[in-house]
Amino acid sequence: MASALINVPATAKRGDIIEIKALMSHIMETGYRHTETGEVIPRDIITSFTCRYNGVEVFRADLFPASSANPFISFFTTATESGTFEFKWIGDRGFQETASANISVS
Amino acid sequence: MIFTRAIGLFLLVWLVSPLSGNAAEIASDQRKSGSTFMAPETRAMQDDDTSNPGMLWVLDGEALWKAKSQSSEKACVDCHDDINAMRGVSAKYPAFDEVLERPVDLEQRINLCRTRHQDKAPLADESRELLALTALIGRQSRGLPIEAGKDSRLASFVTKGRDLFMRRQGQLNLACSNCHDDNWDRQLAGSSITQAHPTGYPIYRLEWQGLGSLKRRLRNCMIGVRAQSYASDSPEIVELQLYLATRAGGMIIETPAVRP
Repeated sequence: MASALINVPATAKRGDIIEIKALMSHIMETGYRHTETGEVIPRDIITSFTCRYNGVEVFRADLFPASSANPFISFFTTATESGTFEFKWIGDRGFQETASANISVS
Repeated sequence: MIFTRAIGLFLLVWLVSPLSGNAAEIASDQRKSGSTFMAPETRAMQDDDTSNPGMLWVLDGEALWKAKSQSSEKACVDCHDDINAMRGVSAKYPAFDEVLERPVDLEQRINLCRTRHQDKAPLADESRELLALTALIGRQSRGLPIEAGKDSRLASFVTKGRDLFMRRQGQLNLACSNCHDDNWDRQLAGSSITQAHPTGYPIYRLEWQGLGSLKRRLRNCMIGVRAQSYASDSPEIVELQLYLATRAGGMIIETPAVRP
């Protein structure tokens, strides 16, 4: 059960600087821990996050084993036109999730 | 391990010192939610639904609320209707179960529903599914006052829970009340002790990197005083939860809360 929580302002004025917040459900297992019997718990993390605004990449982050579980990413961009923000998370073991949110710019 | 020992030693020295207070229950108007002890950043994380990681479990819960399984034609929604109808329900838990003739907590109630009405196997304690459903139902009562223990059939169980809260136990020989009634305004190894009001369970605890129940939190405390933890299906763990809920009666529900 993977789920995302996205916060994009529903409306903005052209040229406004807006904050985007994205929270993704993920265990972010570091790969450095061991079980009680000494076996390594395999790494299972999100490795990449991207955000596209009407198809144009406006933000990208690479993630590493020190990130907390359920990584919360917040960043700013400029509202230029009405349209859609598309979010994509890629990770180990074929993890791939997407989410999107609309904005209306006046 | 050394760190734990250091805490233990510190606790011992500190609680036998003349500085430590005497057992006195907290006056109703002096009660404070655990969230008032937190850093402003952590409070902000809890208050914004798009940054509160507990809401991820609530989202999962919404899917489970409507999910049918192979063994059953009935989803939660088929009996209970839309999830909004559950507003106020979690405020009354732990509640009396007429068949078992004893109180059950919300997690147990969900599992009883599954076995009695849905023909499904009970969900494992602390499993993602059980926490998700508990968080979803608890979320509906956010902002309402805690009302547990008003049923007169619960009176003897509340008394038993209170006795457990006041009873010294474990290698450190501490009762819950020694910290949470007597010394809630102090710190232990840099962390606030708090008054132990269960206002936001299940909570997203940053230390856990995940959601956990009040039972898990109680086990943490019992390991801390080096006592043997109650099993999650024992009568004691429910009585203790029931006493805590009546002790916090009238306080506002914050589920799903975030704690450090």
